[in-house]
Amino acid sequence: MENKVKLLAVASIGGHWIQLLRIINPNNAEVSVTYLSTHPKCEVMVEGQKFYTISDFSRWNFYKLIPAFFRALKIIQKERPNIVVSTGAAPGLVVLLAAKFLGKKTVWIDSIANVQHLSLSGNIASKFVNQTFTQWESLKTPKILYAGNVLEQ
Amino acid sequence: MIFVTIGTQISFDRFIEAIDEIATLVDEPIIAQVFKGSYQTKNVKTVDFLNPDEFNKLMEEARLIVGHAGMGTILSALKYEKPIIIFPRMASLGEHRNDHQMVTAMRMNELGYVHVAYDRKQLKTLILNKDLQPLKKLNTDPSSNMIDFIINSVSKT
Repeated sequence: MENKVKLLAVASIGGHWIQLLRIINPNNAEVSVTYLSTHPKCEVMVEGQKFYTISDFSRWNFYKLIPAFFRALKIIQKERPNIVVSTGAAPGLVVLLAAKFLGKKTVWIDSIANVQHLSLSGNIASKFVNQTFTQWESLKTPKILYAGNVLEQ
Repeated sequence: MIFVTIGTQISFDRFIEAIDEIATLVDEPIIAQVFKGSYQTKNVKTVDFLNPDEFNKLMEEARLIVGHAGMGTILSALKYEKPIIIFPRMASLGEHRNDHQMVTAMRMNELGYVHVAYDRKQLKTLILNKDLQPLKKLNTDPSSNMIDFIINSVSKT
């Protein structure tokens, strides 16, 4: 395939990252994947594939999102993905914002841990991303889509 | 070996203290991955941050996983087909921002993936049950369907 879809897949270390790896299928010949996480040690789980890091932050040290945003802009400009997808958490949201700013298609997949309602980050993401997915069919709405989850698939 | 883990974000002293107490009744090694707690264990070996490969190695070697109700912990135990007991964090005790771990625990238990302990007594009973088996399995293949669906649907936007 000449026009492979270029995917930038983004998640914080921990459950978000583990969910991302279950969702993204690196063996799909029509998709090329670049990974972005918040800890350099995550690279061992995607050996042989393109991998970047950005600094981690949460609502408690919010000021760190500014350098993370600029780093995300740089990575996206370099890798030129067609689609940027994140399973969270807050750093993923910032990368999606940078991607939106650069005119890329953006997808938020809310963590399966959010059983009763979308996460705060998911709610914010749903305001600007191209598509938001929940992993629970019970949370599906006309705007929030459902495409399966990391358990069943 | 029993591998205990509380994730990489917030301490969880109530849980680690319970594990430390139960450890006196357990006749196999326990390794606990802790994070910034103030409680010092007396009976359990603890480690702080684990690289993902070290974490996976302990998951693989363990007979039983006991952890907080984080999805990373749950999915990893399921991937290695280990029995897992989860002990959800409670927001009212300052153990997390909200009570989503309680809801996750209940739902994952309903779906038949995990054993859940809501208090110290239940935790003790489950850990001391030597016959605890892994429950439902994860699908082993990473989903191509889900990501294909997502790529297709976003490409149309």
